[in-house]
Order: sequence, then C-alpha cells, then structure tokens
Amino acid sequence: MSTKKYWKSLDQLENTEEFQESAKNEFPSTSPVADLLSNEKLDEGSTNRRDFLKFLGFSVTAASLAACETPVRKAIPYLNKPEEITPGVANWYASTYADGSDYASIMVKTREGRPILIEGNKLSQVSKGGLNARVAGSVLSLYDTARLTQPLSGGTPAEWSAIDSEITAKLQAIDAKGGIIKILTNSIISPSTKAVIADFKAAYPNAQVEQVVYDAVSFSGTLDANQASFGKRALPDYHFDKANVVVGFGADFLENWPASSGYVADYAKLRSPKSGKMSKHFQFETNMSLTGSNADVRKSIKPSEHGKYVLALYNEIASAKGASTYSVGGELEYADTVKKAAAELLKAVGKSVVISGSNDVNVQTVVNAINYLLGNYGATINLNKQVNLRSGDDKAVTQLVSEMKAGSVDALFIYGPNPSYTLANATDFNEGLSKVGLSVSFSGNLDETASLAGYVCPDHHYLEAWNDANPKVGQFSLAQPTIRPLFNTRAAQESLLAWAGKPADYYNYIKSYWATNITADWNKALHNGVFAKAKDIPVEGEAVAPATLTYTDNSASAASAIAATKAGGEWELELYVKAGMGEGQQANNPILQEFPDPISRVTWDNYITMSPKRMKELGLNHLQGQEQEADVVELTANGVTVKAPVCAQPGQKYGTIGLALGYGRTKAGKCGDGVGVNAFPLISWENGVSHLENTNVTIKKTGEKYHLAATQTHHTMMGRDIVKETTLAEYVKDNKSGNPDVLLNTTNHGPQPPENVSLWDNHDIAKGHRWGMSIDLNACIGCGACVVNCSLENNVPVVGKDEVRRMREMHWLRIDRYYTSDMTEEKAEAEGLGAINKFHQMEDPSENPQVSFQPVMCQHCNHAPCETVCPVAATTHSNEGLNQMTYNRCIGTRYCANNCPYKVRRFNWFRYRDNDKFDFHMNSDLGKMVLNPDVIVRERGVIEKCSLCVQRIQAGKLKAKKAGRKVKDGEIQTACSAACTTGAIKFGDLNDDAMEVTTLAKDPRSYNLLAEVGVQPNVYYMTKVRNIENEA
Amino acid sequence: MANIESKVREPLILGDKTYHQISEDISIPVEGKANKWWWLAFGVSLVTMLWGVGLILYTIGTGIGTWGLNKTIDWAWDITNFVWWVGIGHAGTLISAILLLFRQKWRMSINRSAEAMTIFAVICAALFPGIHMGRIWMAYWVFPFPNQFGPLWVNFNSPLLWDVFAISTYFSVSLVFWYIGLIPDFATIRDRAEVAMRPARRWVYNMLSFGWSGNARAWHRFEEISLVLAGLATPLVLSVHTIVSMDFATSVIPGWHTTIFPPYFVAGAIFSGFAMVLTLMLIARKVLNLEHYITINHVEYMNKIITLTGSIVGVAYLTELFIAYYSGVPYEQYAFLNRATGPYWWAYASMMTCNVVTPQLFWFKKIRRSLIATFIISIFVNIGMWFERFVIIVTSLHRDYLPSSWGMFHPSFVDIGIFIGTLGIFFTAFLAYSRAFPVIAMAETKSILKSSGSQYKK
Repeated sequence: MSTKKYWKSLDQLENTEEFQESAKNEFPSTSPVADLLSNEKLDEGSTNRRDFLKFLGFSVTAASLAACETPVRKAIPYLNKPEEITPGVANWYASTYADGSDYASIMVKTREGRPILIEGNKLSQVSKGGLNARVAGSVLSLYDTARLTQPLSGGTPAEWSAIDSEITAKLQAIDAKGGIIKILTNSIISPSTKAVIADFKAAYPNAQVEQVVYDAVSFSGTLDANQASFGKRALPDYHFDKANVVVGFGADFLENWPASSGYVADYAKLRSPKSGKMSKHFQFETNMSLTGSNADVRKSIKPSEHGKYVLALYNEIASAKGASTYSVGGELEYADTVKKAAAELLKAVGKSVVISGSNDVNVQTVVNAINYLLGNYGATINLNKQVNLRSGDDKAVTQLVSEMKAGSVDALFIYGPNPSYTLANATDFNEGLSKVGLSVSFSGNLDETASLAGYVCPDHHYLEAWNDANPKVGQFSLAQPTIRPLFNTRAAQESLLAWAGKPADYYNYIKSYWATNITADWNKALHNGVFAKAKDIPVEGEAVAPATLTYTDNSASAASAIAATKAGGEWELELYVKAGMGEGQQANNPILQEFPDPISRVTWDNYITMSPKRMKELGLNHLQGQEQEADVVELTANGVTVKAPVCAQPGQKYGTIGLALGYGRTKAGKCGDGVGVNAFPLISWENGVSHLENTNVTIKKTGEKYHLAATQTHHTMMGRDIVKETTLAEYVKDNKSGNPDVLLNTTNHGPQPPENVSLWDNHDIAKGHRWGMSIDLNACIGCGACVVNCSLENNVPVVGKDEVRRMREMHWLRIDRYYTSDMTEEKAEAEGLGAINKFHQMEDPSENPQVSFQPVMCQHCNHAPCETVCPVAATTHSNEGLNQMTYNRCIGTRYCANNCPYKVRRFNWFRYRDNDKFDFHMNSDLGKMVLNPDVIVRERGVIEKCSLCVQRIQAGKLKAKKAGRKVKDGEIQTACSAACTTGAIKFGDLNDDAMEVTTLAKDPRSYNLLAEVGVQPNVYYMTKVRNIENEA
Repeated sequence: MANIESKVREPLILGDKTYHQISEDISIPVEGKANKWWWLAFGVSLVTMLWGVGLILYTIGTGIGTWGLNKTIDWAWDITNFVWWVGIGHAGTLISAILLLFRQKWRMSINRSAEAMTIFAVICAALFPGIHMGRIWMAYWVFPFPNQFGPLWVNFNSPLLWDVFAISTYFSVSLVFWYIGLIPDFATIRDRAEVAMRPARRWVYNMLSFGWSGNARAWHRFEEISLVLAGLATPLVLSVHTIVSMDFATSVIPGWHTTIFPPYFVAGAIFSGFAMVLTLMLIARKVLNLEHYITINHVEYMNKIITLTGSIVGVAYLTELFIAYYSGVPYEQYAFLNRATGPYWWAYASMMTCNVVTPQLFWFKKIRRSLIATFIISIFVNIGMWFERFVIIVTSLHRDYLPSSWGMFHPSFVDIGIFIGTLGIFFTAFLAYSRAFPVIAMAETKSILKSSGSQYKK
C-alpha cells in the first residue's frame, strides 16, 4: 500500500482546527451571498468594479431569461377523472336539434367534455340519420362569442334571483288585475315545454295567458287548407320512399321543409337505378331550388302562375277520374309538361305525391284535391300521424301585433322567434313591444328582439340543455346536455317554472313527464335519443284518410279564386331560404356563412337571383369573377325598398327574381351583422297570411357595384365527361351507358386503359388496406352537410368573404355544381360551328339547365401527380392507398397544388388562427373549443387537403386491432360519409371484397374522375342516371 | 494562327486604338468620378430595390396571401419572373462559353457585361423560388444535406429539386468563369493605380486580382482554365433552361405537359438574354463612350441571333398549336384555344407580337443596323418573353381540367412591386458593376486589336 498522501488544501494537510470544524459540515452554513446580504453595512459600502460587473451580469441574465419565458398555457388535468371520460377518446351522446324550423335527431361527439361534431342519429325514424348543413354547423353556435353570458334587466346585467322576484311580482300584479299575458313562441314540438307552459298558465289563473305560435316562414296556408279539407289543422307526413312519382310546385322539400332530412333519405331510396326503376320527379318552381335542381323534369314558372299550374294538373287528374274540372283562366306555357306529369301520376295512383310550397289556402286546397283523387292519403301522405314541426298561425301573430300596439298586452314572453327581425311589420311590433309592461326574451343572444325586451333571460344553447321533442305523432326524442352551461344561462323552461312558483328543475320535470306520458324506460330512451310509441307509428298499408278523416271537397271555390288570380307585373318576387342560413338564426356562425349556397355557390351574402337572359337585356353583369362586380339594384315590394346585388341564376323564370331570407341581421354578432340584406320586410301579408311570393315588384338599376364571393365562377362542363350521365331507359338497356371505358390510343398496342400506359411503377396496392370512396352521383342531392362536417372534423379555417372572392376558400371538400349548356359537341358539329364559337357558347348555361352535383375531395390517386413534384417529399403515398400530406415537412412551393388535376389542394395563404384579420372562431379561446384535437391546425405557408379523415381511419383500425378482428364494413366513416343523409358517399377498404365500397367500385356505373389523365384515383364516382325520356 | 485580313469585314475595334488607349478607355469609368446621371440612375435603382426588399419582407412576415394567387393559380408572377430572369441570364454564358469555343472573336467586347448581367439576373431569378415558398425559413430542406429528421430526404423525382441543382451549378460556374476573366483586368487597374499613386485602390484591386503577375505561365493557365470553364459552362447553358422547362413539361397540366419545352425554352432564353444584352449595351456604349468597342457590327451580330432564336420560338409556338390540334386530346386543344382566344388573349397576343413578329423586322439590314430600332425591338422582346412565361404559367393553370375550379389571376401590388424591386436589384448591381469593374475585357480585346481588319497596318 502506498504511503503517498493526497490532500486537497493546505488546511487539510495541516489538519487545522478550522478545517476539522468545517469538515463536519458537508454544506457550509454560510454562503457568500448570505454573507453579503447579512452585511448590515451593505448600503454604505461602495461597490467595486468587480462587484459591479457581477451585478450587471446577473441583472442582464435575469432580465433576459425572464423575457425568454414562453407564455404559459394552462392545461388543467382532472383532479378526479370523470368515469365516462378517457382523454383522447370521444364520447357520443344522442340528442335533438330543434330550433323551430329544423329538426334532427343527432349524435353529438364530445372530446374531453367539449361537443365538437354533430352527426345524424340512425335510430331516428324521423330524421333517419340525416342532418342538413345548418344542424351540422350548429355546434359552432355553442361557442359563439356573441352569446349572452348572463341575464339582463333593462339592458344591464342582473342576478337571476333579482330578476325572478321582479318578474314574479309583476306577473302577480297582472294576474291580480286579470291582464293579458302572451307567450310568443315558434312551433314548439317539445311536449315537456308545452306542459311547462301549461303549468305557467295555471299559475296565473286570473290573467289571460295565451300562447301565440309564429313561424317566420309560415305554413299557415297549408295548415288552414287541411283544416278546411280534413278538419285537422296539421301538416301531413309524406312517404317519399313510396312515391314513384313526385310533382312539386315550388316545394323545396329536400332542403327547407319540416322534417326534410328524413324526406331526403326516403327520396334517395327511389333514386337508385339499380333495379331498373326510379322515381320520376317533376318540379314547377320560380327560383332554382335544391329540390328543383334534383328533379328529372323542371320547369320554371312565375309565382302568379303557381296556382294555375296546380289547377291545370288538377283538371288533368280530375278529368281522368271523372271529377269536375274548372277553368284555369288562361293559357299555360308548360301545359304539355303538366299533361305528362298527370299521365305519370295516373299511372302511380296511391304511389305518388303532389306537394306545393305555397302558403295560399286555395292552392293547398287544390293540392289536397289532387292527392285525394290520386288516393295518396293513407298511402304516401299521412295526415293522421301528422308532422308537428309547423303549427304557426299567421292570423294570431297579426292580432298580437295589433293588440300590442293598442297597449292591451301586459306581459310578453318571447321564446324562439325573433320578430323584430323576421316580421314584415317589425316596426309595428317594436312599437307595440315598448307598450308592453313586462317583456321578457329567452334569446341566448342579444338579438334584434331581445335588445328591445325589458328582461333577457338567456336560454341555454341546445347542446347545454335538457329537452325533448315530438316531431311527428308517436315519435319522440330527447335532448341532453353535452357540456356544462358555458355561461350563467338558464333553460327557458326553468325560468317559466320558477315564475310559476314551481321547482326550477327541468331535468326532473322531463323525466317525470316521460315516465307518466311517454315511456317508463328513461335510460333506453336517453341512450337512443329517440323513442317511438308503437301504437302511434303508421304501419305499412294503414288506411289513413278515409278511415278517420272526412274529406271535404272545397276545390270549386279554391279553383275559382285561383283562376281569378291576376297576371303579375313586370317583375315577380319569390323569397326563399338558403341551405346554409335558413331563417337567419345562426347568422353569426362563420362556418355557415362561408358555406357555399348549393346552387349559386355564393358565400357570405344574399342577392337577387335573376335569369341571365333578363340580366343581359338590362345590361347587368351576369358573369362572376373575383374582380367582376355584381350590379346593385333597388327592389321595391309592398312599399319597402332594399338594395341588393344581382346574381345570375340559370333556371330562374324570366321576369322573376328570388331573394334569400335570413340575411341582413343587425344584432347577430361580429360575423353576421350587415351580411346581405334583410328580405323579411318583403314578405307580403294577405288575408292575414304571409306569402313569400309577391307578384308585382319593381326593380331599378342604381349603378352601384358590389362584390359577391362565389366558390365557383364557371358553371358548365364544357363538353367534358366530368359528371357522366345517362338516362334511365339507356341504363336499362346497357348498364355501362354514359360510362364507356376510357381508352388511350397507343402507337403499337392499340387502345389501352390509362393504367397500362403509365411511366411510373405501381405502388404495391394489393396488400393490406386500400382506403377508397365511392360517390353515387344519383344519390347526391348537393345539400352540403358533408362540407360543413368536413370543415368541423378537420379544423378547416374560415377565411372570410374577401378571401373567398379571391378564390382562397379552404374547404377540403367542395360540391361542384354544373349546369347543362345549350351548346354541345353534337350541336356544334351539326351547325358547323368553329371551335372558338363552340367553346364560347358552351360557357353559357341553358336558360333552364339540368343540374349536376359532384362532391370533390382529394382523389387519393395511386399515381398522384402531386407526390412526384414535391421537392421535399412532403406529400407521399401511404401503403394503405392514401395520399398523405405531412404539414411539418411542407415548405409551401405549391407545385403540388398546380399539378393537381382536381384542384383540391388548399394553401394557407395567411395564418388563419389567432389573427385579428380573420376574426372568426379560430381567433377566440371560446371559438377554438370547437376544434377537433385529433387534427392539427395548420400553420401559415403549408398546403393542406382532404386526408380521407385519416384520424378516423387510425381510430377504427386501432379498435379492430384491439378486438383482434378485421375492420368491419361501415365501421370507419369519414366525416363526409357519416354526414351524408342519402348515403351517396361510401367509404371503405377497396381490398376487402366484403365491403360495400368494393362492390360499388366495380359497378358498371363506377368511374374515376379524369381517368384519362392516368392518375388512378381511389375515389370512384357513379354515373348520374336521369329519369327522362331519351332525347337522342 | 495566321492572321486573316478581311477586306470586306470591318474591324472589330474601331477608332485606331492603341493598346494604351484601350486601357484608358476602359479603366477611366472605374477610376474617375461618377456623373450626376449615374447617381440619379443609381439612386432610382436603389430606391426601387429597397421597395422590393420591403415588399419581400412584408410577404415573408404576413404570408403569400399578400400576392394575387389563389386555389387554382398557385404560381403566377413569381415563377414568371423566375423563368424570365433565368432566361435573361442565358446570354452571358452563351456569349462567353459557346462563342469562345466557336472562336467568335466579336464576343470579346461584350462578354464581360453579358456575364455580369447573367450573374445579376440569376440572383434576381433565384430570389423567386425562395420567396414564393410558404415557409422560406425551411428553404434549406431542398438541399440533400445529412440531417436528423429521420428518414427524410429530398425527392429526386421533383423537377423543382433539379432546378435547385441546375441553378446553383449554373450560378457558381458562371460566377467563377466571369471572375477568372476579370483577373488580368483587375491587375491592369491595380497597376494603373500604382502609377497614379492611389494605394487604397491598388490594395483593393490587388486583392481582387489575386496578385496576378502577368507572366507567361499565368497567361497560359488563364487561357487553359477559360477553355475548361467554357467547356463546363456550355452544357449548362442548355441544361438550366431545359430543367426549368421540366418544371412544366413533367406536369399533367394541359399547356405545361409538352415535350417540346426544353429546346423551346432554351431558344427562348437565348432570345431574351440577347435582347437584354442589347438593351443594356446600347445604353452602356453611349454612356461609357464605348462606341469604338461595341460597334454597329456587334449589334448586327446579336440581332441575327435574335432573329434566329426568335424564329425558333415562333416555330415552337406554332408547333404547340399544331400538336394540340393533332393530339386529339380535348383538354390540350382547349388549353391552346383558350390561350389564344380566352380571357387572356391579350397576353397571348402581346407574346406573339413581341416575340414572333418584331424580330422578323431584323431581316431588313437597315433595321438591324439601326440603334434606335434595335433598342426598341430589344425592349419588345423583353416584354414579349415575360408574357411568354406568363401565358404558359397562368393561362394553363387558370382553366385546366375541372371547370368548377376555373378562375382568373389578378396581381396584387405586392406581386408588381416585387417584380419592379428585382429590376431595382438588377440595375443597382449593374450600375455598381459599371463603376467598379472594367466593363469590357481589356486583355482580350487587346488580343484582337491587330488581328481583325487591316487598318492597324496604316
């Protein structure tokens, strides 16, 4: 052993006393800092140069470290994790959407307690798993920054308790003097709410409490006609799945009709040519509606001729059936078409529907007569088990306004409608409202009416609240909260219960109501979201009208009234409702504002629709483009004048115009205010009934210009096989008709399919999954619910009107809408027209074109042109057939977007989140709650596009893997396929023969879009078959 | 090499110059003070450049959305400008490399400036692929460098990647070639500075000339490396624009997907390059008093090349139309019909007029020997070639396969501003060059002083 001694310091070597002392303490008790600070004479001492530098260094470092700190974003973990929530796993709750105009039984997807997406509830026998764009978009309205956060009294925030005591005191005073209390609601379909209102009425026995039901877009005329014809003021239920022939008169039953989601699903069932049979749909209408655009035969008529066409059809049917006919009072332009429709109807007795959107009692009476003669009651039309969705009474509303103006109404409760915005005589209403002693609004937003009310007691958003619904006789559904109320709001029912002196607990109220009146199995009903009362559900072949309802034929007087209808003036107006905006309830919803109208493709505005021919005559700009401004005209109707831009609408009847309701809000919030013009004042009230038609309006050019933002500015297919089409007769003869194989001529091998002449090696696509999609263009009605749900699922940003005008909308999925043109290849050849003239004329749609819809998303090409051109390999092919986009790798050269034949790639031109220039939902913490945590929010400067909802594919695969089985058919749904009411979009594994999508891809109708380019997409389309006579 | 004394051919350098006079004439702009016109031009260019730089920073800070691009037209002015500038950058190397190999001695008066123009034009060109990226801060990803990003590597299938290689190679070779040519002339200025007792200038030009000694071995190596670089640069002249054209030719877009593009683009590039050389040289010879060096003969030679390449381009345009018709592909047919008669007919008409019609005027000797006419036509060609690229890029994209996505492109002020800004960059650099560098290759021109024409014997 070495005797060498190592030492650390001289102290240790000498082993001094101090050293021994300090060696005992591993950590010296005094620190130099403590020494320094404990020096009492610190202040007096001077700082030498070294110290100064130390202090300086420390301060600079400390200051810069503090400045470098990243902003703290708090993610608060659950202290006690709720049993039902697993972070990262979505929960689905069945609920109900009912806002007085739309109804849908829905499934709400929540993530970590936040509702983020809405899909249809497949168990519902009313909405049949369907939903429209408005229902889909409503989840974003939950996170609306314009929502009221607390109750208001006289415009200032107040406590619930204070408001309760004030209102109760006032009500008691009214009750004591026997005053008049009115409850203005829209059509309430909630039985529990009705019971609450009854309880409220009962609490004030001395007062005259009356509920007034007001529908902004009224069906009052239909209801009255049914009252007259059948003694029942109700809206019939239609069975489009049994209607082989449908004749519509201005009825947009596929989009804007009570319970239309269910009708869409039914309608689509008979639109498949697979069996060689299809329903035949005639439509006579003024504006080009979604329904009309799907019709086989569509004729545009003036509103003033509406009744006459109905009457002409009646005459045809009646003469065949031996009933009395009446004079139409004039010649009709499309009498031939009416004859054809009648012939088809007579072939389908008891299997047809004649439906009119008119609010005119006389017209509806004649429609009833037609359906009665055709034996449709009890077969395709059910008035016994009626639809409860519209029960508005226009006359009662008119009376209410006059009573209010007279000052005789003591208290007014407004639950649902927004009359200060939607009433044509809103100024009268507002004047009356100021004379009402106690005015209470339950609106969740400080809308036009609520801002004038004495008290605003904000109702929950429907996703925060309990509720129930009874949309059709025997059909019930429940709505349950999917999130705790975000703000200090209270269910309107609880408010009413509180003022009725009952416990304000609507949940238990519904529960007990259901237990007593509907079903004992609450849990199952809540789980399913729907409950059907067996005894009330119409069964197959049940006779309805003859057995229980007596038909009274009022057609004679109605016919004479119709025949006496005067011809309209130079211009006739038909107001309508747009797919995205409805009646304007959700005007502050940026996704719905940016949702392109299915027909016009215009976003963020309403506008006067006019036939291009008429526009050319007037010298108005009928073209669209980012720098092509629309001309503004002044429209005067009923003494009301509005200024609106004019948009060309092929198919619009010459001499008529259309204008959408639901725009021009003034108190909707930052997104909805001032968008478009308010068309509600143009509604004409005749005989106490509101009409969307006005047969004599005037149009005046103003010389002003206005930018409209459309997502599609070119409207025809230019003779290209984009939407392949054939007729039913041709299809029956040859199921490949309209869809011949695409062959390319080669030098040495003759005609070859495009995949045989590719330069590229094939991906190994036979193994494993190969995700693909099939889109049936016959089933797609173009409603656009898929577009909204795609945006919500994939966090697609809203970019605003100006950016849409610059053609920069970000939608991953778009629905292309094409019109036919009068000019075709054949016609050009026959006329010897040169190519230049031919193509120029092809750009113009026909005056009354046929319409095709085509949803287009990334086609996930097997030989994707985008993949080869990316310099950094940011977009690549997955071994499951997906064309995948790696946002992190993208440097934004946009070469891929240029080289995409389908133009589905979208570039982040700006930063769309947290940017005040894009002040939509991604600019506020509240709005961002709707974002799907499974999908990244893309950064500025990268390309994005449809991923076929790869996050859903991964989730589905994982689920199957955990269960140790293959992925089942239909188990994985993309956002669009899940939102598709008609089942037009099918998703699945093209390598799995058991899947429906594989069968569909091999169907003779199936084709790849632009197959001749040779990019071999994994998305298939199916030829559109029209049930029209073969023209050729 | 025997001297050929042509009785017909005019001498390449006029004015009975002596070797010293050549040094004087060419060095004086470098040594003297700039006049106010130079300062004015430089000031305007500098302001324009700063304006452009400001807009580039604005683009980088805010997003490509500040340009007029949209979902259908994802490239427009950016890549138009890129191709236009690259095209302009073709003449320099062609003149110095190909004409050197072909022993065209007239090139000696113009090659220096043509090469400088090449360098500056390529700088302007290279700017656009950079700033057109959505995330320019990730631009280095286009280079195949060893990295720790996982299995990430560049995509060798992408023509855009080939562009990166083609342009960077072209730029570096052009720069080296140009610089090597400058070395003896820098030495001349250095020596003159020594005589004039200007130590600072002497030091600077000594550094720039790498201590050129001027001995026989240095000259020998100089000649050799010039030949070697000329050999290297020659294929590059052809390859750069070939590869640029492949950005379009390898795509699937009708109007882009065209096998004729490589030769057509190269011809177009030489065409536009010569036009730009003429534009600049016609001004420079006037301003810098170089009429004896850049003679009317030079102008005529270049005009002949313009006529040739312009005709090639014209034939290419017509071939495209014919092939579109002949192919039977409806998309292709529509793309070309739409070019000529669609909403962008005016761009197509401008292109045809400027590129096909105007150069044909050079068949007339009077016109091709007229300085004014040449200047005007060279401007026309510059404009026409810009429109050619605009027509190819924008009119092909704006109406491709699905009419639902068809649209129009409207440039924003940023698009226009950045283009003007690159003109500012180009002219700032060129004006600075004209004050600091000998604009004509002194050493080389001296070598032809007594070998062309017979006047030196007088």
